[in-house]
Order: sequence, then C-alpha cells, then structure tokens
Amino acid sequence: MIQVDHLSKSYGGFTAVDDVSFTCQPGRVTGFLGPNGAGKTTTMRVMVGLTPATRGQVTIGGHDYRHIPNPGRHVGVLLDASAQHAGRTGREILTLGATTMGLPQSRVDQMLELVGLSKAESKRRLRNYSLGMKQRLGIAHALLGDPSVLILDEPANGLDPAGIRWMRGLLKGYADRGGTVLLSSHLLHEVELIADEMILIGHGRIVAQGDRTSLMAAHRRSALTLATSLDNDKLAAELTATGHAVTPMGAGLHIAATPEEVGRAALAAHVVLTDLRDGGANLEDLFLELTSSTQRDEIGATA
Amino acid sequence: MSTTVPELHLDVADTVPIPFWRQVRVEFRKSYDTRAGFWLLATIGILVGLVEGFILIATLVQESPVLWSDFAYTAGGITSLLLPVLAILLVTSEWSQRSAMVSFTLEPRRSRVVGAKLAVSAIYAVLTMVAMLVIGVVGTGICELVQPELTEWDFDAKLAIAFLVSQLLTMALGFAFGSLLLNTPAAIVVFFIYWYIVPTVLFVVGELRDWLGDLLEWFNFQASLQPLVDWELNTGEEWAKLLVSGFIWIVLPLAGGIYRILRAEVK
Repeated sequence: MIQVDHLSKSYGGFTAVDDVSFTCQPGRVTGFLGPNGAGKTTTMRVMVGLTPATRGQVTIGGHDYRHIPNPGRHVGVLLDASAQHAGRTGREILTLGATTMGLPQSRVDQMLELVGLSKAESKRRLRNYSLGMKQRLGIAHALLGDPSVLILDEPANGLDPAGIRWMRGLLKGYADRGGTVLLSSHLLHEVELIADEMILIGHGRIVAQGDRTSLMAAHRRSALTLATSLDNDKLAAELTATGHAVTPMGAGLHIAATPEEVGRAALAAHVVLTDLRDGGANLEDLFLELTSSTQRDEIGATA
Repeated sequence: MSTTVPELHLDVADTVPIPFWRQVRVEFRKSYDTRAGFWLLATIGILVGLVEGFILIATLVQESPVLWSDFAYTAGGITSLLLPVLAILLVTSEWSQRSAMVSFTLEPRRSRVVGAKLAVSAIYAVLTMVAMLVIGVVGTGICELVQPELTEWDFDAKLAIAFLVSQLLTMALGFAFGSLLLNTPAAIVVFFIYWYIVPTVLFVVGELRDWLGDLLEWFNFQASLQPLVDWELNTGEEWAKLLVSGFIWIVLPLAGGIYRILRAEVK
C-alpha cells in the first residue's frame, strides 16, 4: 500500500535518507525502527509531501500523496503531536480537522471517546496537555477521516505503559480490519510486540528488514544456548560427546549449540531440562549492532 | 526484500476534493479561535466602541455639528490600523505554532490554503466596511434624534468603496509581510515600521533634493493611496504612482512570501 522506491533526501552535503526502498502491506503493522536522526521522520515527511525528495519517490496506494483528493479521508497522519496551535483546545483542533475533511461534528466526539480524552480534557488548551494526552489527540486526529492507511511517527512517545498497551491494541485491531499501519520508533520493545514486519534504518540506510524470525535467522552467527537441567554433569558429558563446547555458568550451562541440539542431547541422555534459552544475539543486540555508527560500514561491506 | 506484492491501489475516484469555500470556512474559524486572534478582534471592537462613544458624548454635550463621516471614518481608521495584524497572524501563527504541518497534510495543494487565508483577509475588510457604515448610521442617528439641525448625513458611496479598496490593500500588505517573514513579531514590527516610519523617512530624504523627492514619491505607497481614499485619483501620474508603489510594497513581498510558503519544507 505504501511503496517507498529508492528514496534519497540530502541537505547540502548531508544525506538524511539514502536510497531507501520498502513496502507496507494492508492488514499488517510495519515498524520503522532506528535511532534518533536515522532518517525515519524525513522518510515519513516525504511520504506526505511536506518535504520534497531529492531522488526516488513514495506512492500510497499507487498515488503521490499530493494527488490524493481530500487525503485525510484516506491516509491518517501523525508526525508530531506538538505541531498544533498551543492555544487551541483539543476539541477545537479536531473540529478544524473534521471541518476541513467535511466530516460531521459527531465524529469529533467519537474520536475523543476512542482515544480516552474526557469532555473536560477536550476543553483544555493544548499547552496544558501532557505529552501522552497530545499523542492521544494526535492519534484521534489521524483517525478522524476513517483512513485506510496510517502513518505515525513515534506515536508511543510519552504514553505511559497502559497507554502503550492501549495503542498496541488499537493499531493491531486496525490492521486486522485490513488497514495499513506504518509506525516509527527508536525503542525496539515498543514495536516488536506489535509489528508484523520491521524495517531497521540507520544513518539514512535500511540495514535490515523482515519479520522477527527472518531478521534473527538472517543475522544469526554462532549458535549459543543457555540450559539448566536436573543433572548438568550428565548433560554436559552428552553434549561434549557430540562435539559441542560446554562451559558451566551459574546454575546452568553455556553451550555452543542451538536450543534444538541441546534439547536432543537432553533427550538422548534422559536428563530433565528445567530451563532452555536461546543465548544468541537477541533482537535488541541486533538492532543496536546494525544501527550503530561504528559498525555500519563493516556490516554494509559484509552483507 | 519480500516477494513481489501486486500494486495495491487506493481508490480515490469517488473522493471529492476539499472545496475552496470549506477551506475558507476553516481559515475564518482559525482567525478567532485562539486567544491572540480573539483578543485582537475584541480589542478592535472595544477601541472603536470607546472612541465612538466619546465622540457621541462630546458632540451631544458641546452641541457641536457632526457629520456622518465623523463616525464612519473614526471606526474605519481604528480598524485599518489593527486589522492587518490579523492578516499577519493568519499566516505567521501557522509557522510559529507549527500547525502548518497539519494544514498542508490535510490540503497538500498549499496554494489553496494560502488563497483561503487571503480570502479571509478580504472578508474581514468587507466586514469592517459594513461595520463602519452601521456605526456611522447608529452614531449619526442618535445625534439626529437629539440635535437634528446640527447633524448632517453626508453619506457618499464612493468614499465607502474607496475605504474598502484601501482596507483590502492594507490587509494584503500585512499578509505579504507575514508570508515573507513567517514570523509574528518580525512581521508586526516591519508592518508598523512601514506604517509610521517609512513615509516619514521617504519624505525627509525627499526634502534633500527635488529630484530625489520626485523619485521617492514612486516608493511611497501610503502617500499614493491618499488620493484613492479621498476619491481624487484623477491624474495618470497618481494612478501610476499607486500601481508602482503598490507593486513594490504588496506584489513583490507577496509573491516572494507565497513562493516561500509553496516551496518551504514545513517543519
């Protein structure tokens, strides 16, 4: 639905986005992950026509965003929850949006209710809103026109844990009904529970993309498993016999093998496993490694 | 990359583009739904009320003669000084408050948003003229009732039209400064410098040499506007001066400002 095609954006000599391509599909939540300044926001701003691309293009449902008539009815956008007049009330901001899109005032009340802003809160001016309340209002604004595509930049920023869980449910439900969701974050754990697909970006370049399993599989190096059993010595002996290096660690073992191999060894040795964990790089390590500045070129060269 | 996905088409054929009048409605609402806008309009109203009330009482107490235009032009003078600030706010607040991001996301055809804001400025110019006429009627009417022989209804439609045109031009000037600078305080300061200082400077500098004075008259928009306000725009030279100085003070900054708005990366 959203198609980013060899997109680049430079500011003078600085390249903010460098030849980025990816697609977001309907019915799926796509997480756009990267550290601050990686080019997420710039990419999203190009998507909605606020920033001109230097090279390449973005289409939404086959259209340039700027050619979509009344775009708020098709694409819900939240780029910066604070980018609203601080002197307007939340209700007024939504009313202006609804009027622009040609929607009835009742839609404003529905959206306020959906995002959990009370009547009293909606009558407060934006400058008196907490960041979490601004985010809720911004999500309400994005959903006003009942769009089929959502583009949200750091929507979880400022939400409390209950708010993050609420948003996760909201976006999941939205995607399950066939909507396309692209949301960015610099925090992996905000995204990994909800995103069906992840795009990892660092220094303007996409460093990895795919779902959780394929990301892990593609970047797995040496296998490493942490295991604890009722008889560690017997398990260690079995593993050593099958050619795996084993070192005791705490109450368990540190094994150079996949969890599956350790499980099979335990089965063969008739040892009861009480804990079995993949000790290889987790997604967070992968994320940090792929997006860190020092290792970027190395990874780019070996990939 | 994932496997090739068939191009998923978003059907927009049935969606009606945002009509211009709706954009104008939104921009009109924005002009008074903030404290700054609301109090600017309220201040204009309160000032006009106070001054007109003072004129009315002074006239009646002193039993002095009064013309309809005394009331009408006092109202017009006060509004024409402060209303351009509203035109400035219409443009600049979108930048200082960063709401332009939302406005241009909802309507990516930016020229229509700018056009709607210009239309709102024009609507206010018309509203001021109407208010000016009404205040003139009410003030003169009260005097007519109390002292009929001293009151004169010198209503002249030409002067009302002249006022409307000069008001429209002043609003356009404020709008031009606002869109060129995209910064509220700067635009207001430049506007008042233009209003109070530029004519004086042009005049003083013009006194130095005759030829310089003749030349600078082509830059003095306010002076060139005066014949229009008095409905005495008779000679070709007066017309030419109005057009030239109007081009320098309105068209050039407005063109530059709109170009900037249409091209700017909105942050």
